[in-house]
Amino acid sequence: MSAPAIAIHQLGKQFSGTPVLSDLDLEVAPGERVALVGANGAGKTTLIRCLLGEYAHRGALRLGGLAPRQARREALGRVGFVPQIPPPLRMPAGALVRFAGGLGAARPAAIATIAERLGLDLAGVERRPFAKLSGGQQQKLLIALALGRPTDLLVLDEPAANLDPEGRRAFFEILSEQDPATTMVLASHRLDEIAALVSRVVELDGGRVVLDDRVDQRGTGSLRARVVLVRADEAAGRAFASWGLEAVDPRRYEGPVVNADRLRFLGLLARYAGLIEHLDLGPEDAP
Amino acid sequence: MAPTPPPDAAVAVAARTATPPEAPAAPAAGRLGELGLVVRLEVADSLRARWLAIYAIVLGGLVFTLFGFSLTESRILGFMGLSRLLVTYIQVCMAIVPIFVLVTTVRSVAGDRESGVLEYLLALPVGLGTWYGGRLLARFALILAPVLGAMALACGWAVLQEIPVPWGLFSAYAGLLVALCACFLGLALLLSSLARSVDVAQASAFLLWLVLVLFLDLVLLGVLIEEHVAPNTVVAIALANPLQVFRTAAMMLFDPQLVLLGPSAYVILDAFGRSGYLAWALAYPTLLGAVAALVGYLRFKRGDLV
Repeated sequence: MSAPAIAIHQLGKQFSGTPVLSDLDLEVAPGERVALVGANGAGKTTLIRCLLGEYAHRGALRLGGLAPRQARREALGRVGFVPQIPPPLRMPAGALVRFAGGLGAARPAAIATIAERLGLDLAGVERRPFAKLSGGQQQKLLIALALGRPTDLLVLDEPAANLDPEGRRAFFEILSEQDPATTMVLASHRLDEIAALVSRVVELDGGRVVLDDRVDQRGTGSLRARVVLVRADEAAGRAFASWGLEAVDPRRYEGPVVNADRLRFLGLLARYAGLIEHLDLGPEDAP
Repeated sequence: MAPTPPPDAAVAVAARTATPPEAPAAPAAGRLGELGLVVRLEVADSLRARWLAIYAIVLGGLVFTLFGFSLTESRILGFMGLSRLLVTYIQVCMAIVPIFVLVTTVRSVAGDRESGVLEYLLALPVGLGTWYGGRLLARFALILAPVLGAMALACGWAVLQEIPVPWGLFSAYAGLLVALCACFLGLALLLSSLARSVDVAQASAFLLWLVLVLFLDLVLLGVLIEEHVAPNTVVAIALANPLQVFRTAAMMLFDPQLVLLGPSAYVILDAFGRSGYLAWALAYPTLLGAVAALVGYLRFKRGDLV
């Protein structure tokens, strides 16, 4: 049996006596896609830095059975990381690609392909200092570097924060194409945006796991969705129809939603939150 | 059975794959390759930064100025020609190099930590020893290059002008400068690893430099002697202060009896002898720098990296 992609036991971290992570336990199986959510200060970034072996901590933490603090090369060799805020690197973009690539068995062609799909012409920015690129360009390059190398674990901290709509669309499309065996941890404030990609939601609050919800844990059954809109809306109507919901009238839609897709469905609803007057999501046989 | 919804645009599976199968993976660098990558990165970063250019211009300009003012033709303590120039150069280096090395190097770890550079770069699979060692090697080479380069420039110019080059003095001064650079580089890396912010790192570096300057023979050591502090204490401080060690050794090379130093010269010359003191002046600062760098590394490795 293979080791868990992430195994955390009694993880604790404090700064100047203030606990930021408290006795946190979490196990993530290979191939799981985890949304890491929580308010500001909940401990998401601290947990990510512990995962990357950047913080000394209490308790045990293993990536694929390896401790990232002690066995950095082996543990981090198959980890792709995109930080929340791009670092102000002075080196040119091309030098960063060569450096990161040299350390991580990169596929230069794949990096260029992903960058291109995200809308970044790598050849055009190769000589420009990384810090002088726009926020979006920096984020696209970091994403290309993380996804353009063979990885077992992707750790993405608000990866789409600086992307334009086209870049976001391409990014989520590329993520959805990743090898199913690749484990992902996506920290985001926008669950609606990543709902389609994840199979599990872990919420942190005060340095502890307060919610650990596996999207498909209720099996293959389905729920009945009933949505009433404030007013008729053509785009919302088309979106609900694409999910198989029937229009009872121009404001009312009703239909089944399979359990495994409920998080994605909630993501869809979030887009039209301002239009929703009433929502009912319950068992199929409910009256 | 519920119908399977059509895939959302965001999750549409494109025909292309994220990593084209034809794209070969470049082999991951071995430890030596990693070290080379870190050294190249640090060298390239420093060449882009202004500090190295300013440092090189100051030292190179100094040599040009000394030649320009015809220093090779003046005489001090029987020294003239290139020896005279080197004597002046080494005194100026003692004033410039330590503070320059301290202030520019303490920014390296603390600055990268504060700006978020370390968060990204240390998430890459590079060994911490390789990372720290690579930066140390690169910085050492970068700090030494202008110092020794300016000396080499002076020698080249002297050869062109048919001024005799005192190779023995040149080698001894070069050795002392290497030891001085190693010492302050190690101390700077230690401070940089300990400090949690650039401000604290720079303030600590300045304070360290100030303390070492104060405990030179010209300042507090002189006062201590006047106040009849035990000679052994004064000598111990003089031997422990790398700046004083450098100053005494540099002085000894053009003043073998240490006449300029006064009575304490007897202690030094009796205890060490000329060669012994020179060996101390080369070994002690180098060792101090190496130990400081090692302690800095251990602190860096065991604490929070970012």
